[in-house]
Amino acid sequence: MAQQRSLKRVKIFDKVIGYFLLTLLALFFLFPLVYMVSTSLNPDERDIVNKMGSVMAFVPKNISLKNYIGDPDAEDPTKTENQGVIGRMNFGRFMFNSVFIVSCTVLAGLLVNSMLAFGLARFSFKGREVLVSGIVALMIIPFEAIAIPLLWLVNNLGWLDSYQVQIIPFIANPFYIFLFYQFFIQFPKALEEAALIDGASWFKIYWKVALPLSKPILSSVAILHFLMQWGFFLWPLMVTRGEEYRPLPVAMQQFFGQYPRDWGDIMAFASMMTIPVLVLFVILQRHFVNSVKSSGIK
Amino acid sequence: MAYALSKKKKRAVLLFILPGLCLLSMFMILPFLMSFGLSFTNQRLLSRYATEFIGWSNYERLFRDDLFFTGLKNNFVFALIVVPIQTVLALGMAMVVNKHLKGVKIFRTAYFMPTVTTMVVVSVVWTFMYNPQGLINNFMQAITFGNWETVDFLKNSQWAFPAIMLMSIWQGAGFQMLIFLAGLQEIPEILYEAATIDGANKWRKFWNITLPQLRNTTTFVLISTTILALRLFDQIKIMTNGGPNDSTYTVILHLYNSGFSKQRVGYASAITVVFFLIVLAISIVQRLILREEREV
Repeated sequence: MAQQRSLKRVKIFDKVIGYFLLTLLALFFLFPLVYMVSTSLNPDERDIVNKMGSVMAFVPKNISLKNYIGDPDAEDPTKTENQGVIGRMNFGRFMFNSVFIVSCTVLAGLLVNSMLAFGLARFSFKGREVLVSGIVALMIIPFEAIAIPLLWLVNNLGWLDSYQVQIIPFIANPFYIFLFYQFFIQFPKALEEAALIDGASWFKIYWKVALPLSKPILSSVAILHFLMQWGFFLWPLMVTRGEEYRPLPVAMQQFFGQYPRDWGDIMAFASMMTIPVLVLFVILQRHFVNSVKSSGIK
Repeated sequence: MAYALSKKKKRAVLLFILPGLCLLSMFMILPFLMSFGLSFTNQRLLSRYATEFIGWSNYERLFRDDLFFTGLKNNFVFALIVVPIQTVLALGMAMVVNKHLKGVKIFRTAYFMPTVTTMVVVSVVWTFMYNPQGLINNFMQAITFGNWETVDFLKNSQWAFPAIMLMSIWQGAGFQMLIFLAGLQEIPEILYEAATIDGANKWRKFWNITLPQLRNTTTFVLISTTILALRLFDQIKIMTNGGPNDSTYTVILHLYNSGFSKQRVGYASAITVVFFLIVLAISIVQRLILREEREV
């Protein structure tokens, strides 16, 4: 009896320690993000600077969207300090650029990478093994190891300051091809044989049979590709000059470099760039977790 | 059935593999090979003068370039400090999250959020927190009971790099945690049950079961974090631009400055080649360790 009770006590103690650690870690990982959002909601720049170091920074005196959309009731709404991020710069343009570039790259990437993987996994032909090991070898090359020659190349093509310079070089990716390949190679042969006897074309088999069975890997690759492109900084920093094709990360850096810094507006910019992704992440969480796990399989 | 391809099937293969292969050749293999060629020339990004072959000059200059070695040293210091801390933290987090506690998934979500946040945004938010009057200074004041002397973290050559390291650990740990979690969930439960019957305590189980079973996962995490440390750029460019006094200068920042700002494509290509060889060496070490594991 007594032993049982002490065992129970150990279990409760374990639980308490467990939750304590979990909470401590959660505070550590969340406080900067909460800080970002709460600062962005504080319309009073002086208030932000005054209490930036205290716990009170997490509770703005007044909550408003002024840093986002400006203050329409101000005497002169066109004055910079009365404007929000959306009014004082071409924020809509930057957002459109990022969304456009990322969706084109990810969609075209899903198609091109899965097709190449399908070709390698479902056909036997001369040179197949060489191609597969070649693609595995390419996975070692980090982007930084081709950035400068690629810059020179696209400059010669006259692609600087454009959408295609931010999309086309990043569609095909050996790592994503490899993930698709590993998935397709597991399909039984009978899958396409039955369809071939029915007279279906290879493209039809790929489109109507293979892809619908590949939803888990499609979503994993889409998420990894999306995260990489959305935060991509080094490349657009080199290949975009004007605002026309500038994506969000470069726009953020430019805005951040302007003095005097308006922290409320900066945090509003940062929040608008982050919150949609976080919401997407919370909704598609299961897929996110799987995509990270798949990136660990090598 | 032999593997002879009918004409129709040949066409099908080409249809599937050509688009991807063309893109890879054009935008990955070609620039990769070009970096070797360009590194022996004085090529500039925009130049009216003809390009000349200059032999090993770029490499000779590179080995006398103090800034390059400062960057390389910083990259390795970063790896040496960040990799172990981040790995241990991630493993610990994975083990806590792996416990069968109610609501644990909510916590897992929270830990992963920094990873989903773009590095540019992370850098901006932490710059605000590293302000002399900012959150981090006040926090240090509080936990040292006022004995902390205020520092302007990012403008102090002793503090700037550690400050960026802490932030990078904060951003990256969630990703590694998930990879460890996947590894933990693959360890057969029966190993732990057998150990319990043998009367092993928690520590013994951790040292004799968990760690050996996680060998592959740990190797992968260690190597991939090391390579990420060598690729350090975004946070440096935003927060310090290599300063103060080059204390946060890195190889990729040097690559960017030489190849883009100064437009010396030839010289930057030599940096590219050396950078790639270092990454390659580390990747080969990883493969060797993993192969050893498979043979055992």
